[in-house]
Amino acid sequence: MEFQIPNFVPLLPEITLASFGLLILMVVAFAKRAGTTAAYYLSHLALWATAVAVFFVSSELDYTFGQMYLFSPLGDFLKLAVCLLVSGVLLYGRPYMQSQRIESGEYYLLILFATLGILVLVSAGNLLTVYVGLEMLSLSSYALVAVNRDAVRSTEAAMKYFVLGALASGLLLYGMSMIYGATQSLNLIDIARTLFEQQAANRTVLLFGLVFLVAGISFKLGVVPFHMWLPDVYEGAPTPVTTFIATASKIAAFAMAARLLAFGLWDLVDHWRQMLLFVGIASIVLGNVAAIAQTNFKRMLAYSGISHMGFMLLGFISSTPANVHHAYASALFYVLTYALTTLGVFGILSLMSREGVFAEGIDDFKGLNKRNAWWAAMMGIAMFSMAGIPFFVGFFAKFFVLQAFWQAGYYGLTVLAVVMSLVGAFYYLRVIKVMYFDEPDMPQLIGGGFLVRSLLSVNMLCLALIGLFPSLLMQVCVVVMQNSL
Amino acid sequence: MTIPYLSLSIWIPILGGLFVLFFANENRASLARLIGLMVALAGFAITLPLYVGFDSSSSAIQFPEFKTWIAYFNAHYSLGVDGISMPFIVLNSFITVIVIIACWGSVQAKVAQYVAAFLVMSGLMNGIFAAQDGLLFYVFFEASLIPLYLAIGVWGGANRVYAALKFFLYTLLGSLLMLVAFIFLFMESKGSFEIADWHALKIGMHAQTYIFWAFLASFAVKVPMWPVHTWLPDAHVEAPTGGSVVLAAIALKLGAYGFLRFSLPIVPDASQAMAPVMITLSLIAVVYIGLVAIVQTDMKKLVAYSSISHMGFVTLGFFMFNSLGVEGALVQMISHGFVSAAMFLCIGVLYDRMHTRQIDAYGGVVNVMPRFAALFMLFAMANSGLPATSGFVGEFMVILGGVQFNFWVGALAATTLILGAAYTLWMYKRVIFGEVTNEHVAALQDINFRETVFLVVLAVCVLAMGLYPLPVTEVMHASVSDLLKHVAAGKL
Repeated sequence: MEFQIPNFVPLLPEITLASFGLLILMVVAFAKRAGTTAAYYLSHLALWATAVAVFFVSSELDYTFGQMYLFSPLGDFLKLAVCLLVSGVLLYGRPYMQSQRIESGEYYLLILFATLGILVLVSAGNLLTVYVGLEMLSLSSYALVAVNRDAVRSTEAAMKYFVLGALASGLLLYGMSMIYGATQSLNLIDIARTLFEQQAANRTVLLFGLVFLVAGISFKLGVVPFHMWLPDVYEGAPTPVTTFIATASKIAAFAMAARLLAFGLWDLVDHWRQMLLFVGIASIVLGNVAAIAQTNFKRMLAYSGISHMGFMLLGFISSTPANVHHAYASALFYVLTYALTTLGVFGILSLMSREGVFAEGIDDFKGLNKRNAWWAAMMGIAMFSMAGIPFFVGFFAKFFVLQAFWQAGYYGLTVLAVVMSLVGAFYYLRVIKVMYFDEPDMPQLIGGGFLVRSLLSVNMLCLALIGLFPSLLMQVCVVVMQNSL
Repeated sequence: MTIPYLSLSIWIPILGGLFVLFFANENRASLARLIGLMVALAGFAITLPLYVGFDSSSSAIQFPEFKTWIAYFNAHYSLGVDGISMPFIVLNSFITVIVIIACWGSVQAKVAQYVAAFLVMSGLMNGIFAAQDGLLFYVFFEASLIPLYLAIGVWGGANRVYAALKFFLYTLLGSLLMLVAFIFLFMESKGSFEIADWHALKIGMHAQTYIFWAFLASFAVKVPMWPVHTWLPDAHVEAPTGGSVVLAAIALKLGAYGFLRFSLPIVPDASQAMAPVMITLSLIAVVYIGLVAIVQTDMKKLVAYSSISHMGFVTLGFFMFNSLGVEGALVQMISHGFVSAAMFLCIGVLYDRMHTRQIDAYGGVVNVMPRFAALFMLFAMANSGLPATSGFVGEFMVILGGVQFNFWVGALAATTLILGAAYTLWMYKRVIFGEVTNEHVAALQDINFRETVFLVVLAVCVLAMGLYPLPVTEVMHASVSDLLKHVAAGKL
């Protein structure tokens, strides 16, 4: 067999990010104090350079490394989104990391490697590549959660995350091995072809494998019944790390689901649709109901995140042959806007924390309107958006998904989802109530420099802006999906 | 180039409200009020050409504006008014001016936010009445919850948090079910959000029934109809005066307007089939809630229940499907906009001085506030439907329509003239007449110039409409008769 040198050019974004990562590793190792600051700026540079590289190499459907690596507009789009989101995570998180005295070079390094894992994951064309990308993301995330290594809560959360995450990885690998057994291939293209051509492939093994794959994906998305780790990790991790897990990780999980299920195992759609339907509905119900009881802001957002991912899955499973792209586009739109909203909310949480004060209880927002009307309004936008009230983008995300869901014929469940979003409105409104109707009982300061604050404001105003003009982003999502699947 | 009056009537108040929020901060309360008043006046002025330029012989959509909004969902920024919606835009903008004037003395905390909330709300409500696209309507409809929720919660009374939440969740549940109905209509009409397309859409009886209930869930809560009215007394009692005025004068009309714009024309057969249910619910609202109003000890609660009772008249008029009933109901809506606004403002005037709304805390107010007592008298009369006031016209038309429909329905509806007089005038008597009961009342100051202005303006409106209602009924006539023809034709 003749060895061919694979085409490296499409890998430019990944190579860029990896090189910067190694560079930062050197800088951090040799320059102690100044190294952290340098790492911060280099990380931003790395992410933006990667984003530019994505633009340069963005292509039609293409593959390299013998189909282990697939390129598609969806992948490019998600890479771009992830780079920008992670840049935001670093930006909003820095004041927090500094005030809690846990800013370190490793933190930036781990974030970059986790991001690299996401980039690999969204382009994976082979089950092994999926696994490599996923582990790169997961292992970095475990370490990130424990980055505040003297805090008991953080280390406990990291331990939980690691044990459960390792279990989920095991399940995923087990599922992959079964799929390999049934189809004789690890390449997603070959798997899809085999399934399409030979209906008689060993169904039992295949379906067993599918169940394990769905379990692995559900764990990463953090949806019922694989959600147990989520509230503890959200609460225990330093807020910027939580932000990363709540935004970039979710996009990675979406990409994984799109790759494995919507592309590789498309022929089994009737089977995974049933599973994800249950998972999605259960998440919406449990997430919304459990969020009501939370007093910790991050835990509340964790449960609300569970319900949001459930909503996203409703869009994901609504694909009928007539409206494939429409349904996936709705899920993509949902996950992107959710990530943008969550980024902003956690950004405000980060800026409000300072030495000794975590600003994590919902009560910490008491009377924010009286102290700081601007940030109360920004937070209000995010909460109304998450509750799905127009003119904010959350409404259109929900509308898009529900429309696709209805189109797929789940009439009764659409009504159930709608009623559950009413339950969701209750706890988002509680945050508004605390900010606007209650009297302040302690001074509330917003940290961060002018740049951080103004960018965070722009982030929040974007929720209103996209809400007023959702057309463009919708079109982009649809076009991306049309050209990718 | 034609001037986009409707867009201006929506966006002048909204942008003006945001402007107030940004540039007149809390240290400059009087500046906030002044800018707010100018914006409100401009917003009102821009709606006058709508009335003047309206062609009342036509039932077509007038002053249309049409731009692509969300191309992917084929949703448009589509505005326009017919004889049914146009008067409400004018009324809404007018009431906003009154609300801003009324806040001058009574609101001291967070003035800029207060003014901004009511301006934004005014713009959103104009949007609801002007929208000709289902999705656009929905967006305005739900967005208007936000400022009202904040207004009740921030400036309301002791139990405001509970009231605000109840208001929000009740109305949101209804709206969400309506959204599902909209998605269904969107799918059925092969991807159109134009309300006109939905009017023309053929729908089977089974689906019509479902849609009817979904619409009912949304609009009945907004009206509010018995038995989903319980949020209203809470919201009214806890809301600041301006909030109560906007709630009663405009927000309650949204539900009734929704019946006319959506339920009746989109699902006419289901509406007719459900008419007995609707008429029964309406009569319960008129009679039972009227009785409930009599025993109230809180003035605001009393007027709140009287609002529910009057709105029962409106839904009653709609579901008898004759033009007297529907037009009477519409007149009743506008009249109620003036009268309930005036009633709440009068209570606000007393509340600002005494900080209580309990009826038994008052007595003999006429001795110290004669000018106020005279104006309050007029509004109390209008609220109980005395001839020559606007309250009489609508009620009389609906009762006539009721008798035309069924004698006993008319007879039951007519009890409102007795009940209305009973609860309003008895309350008036206890508060205003008699000897001065305590030293707090004795120390009251009569209304000042500002208060006189807005009460007199409203009094003129109430009398003018009572004496010469033609300018109002004239504009709606063509649209109403067209609507009734459409409903009578059915869709099956």
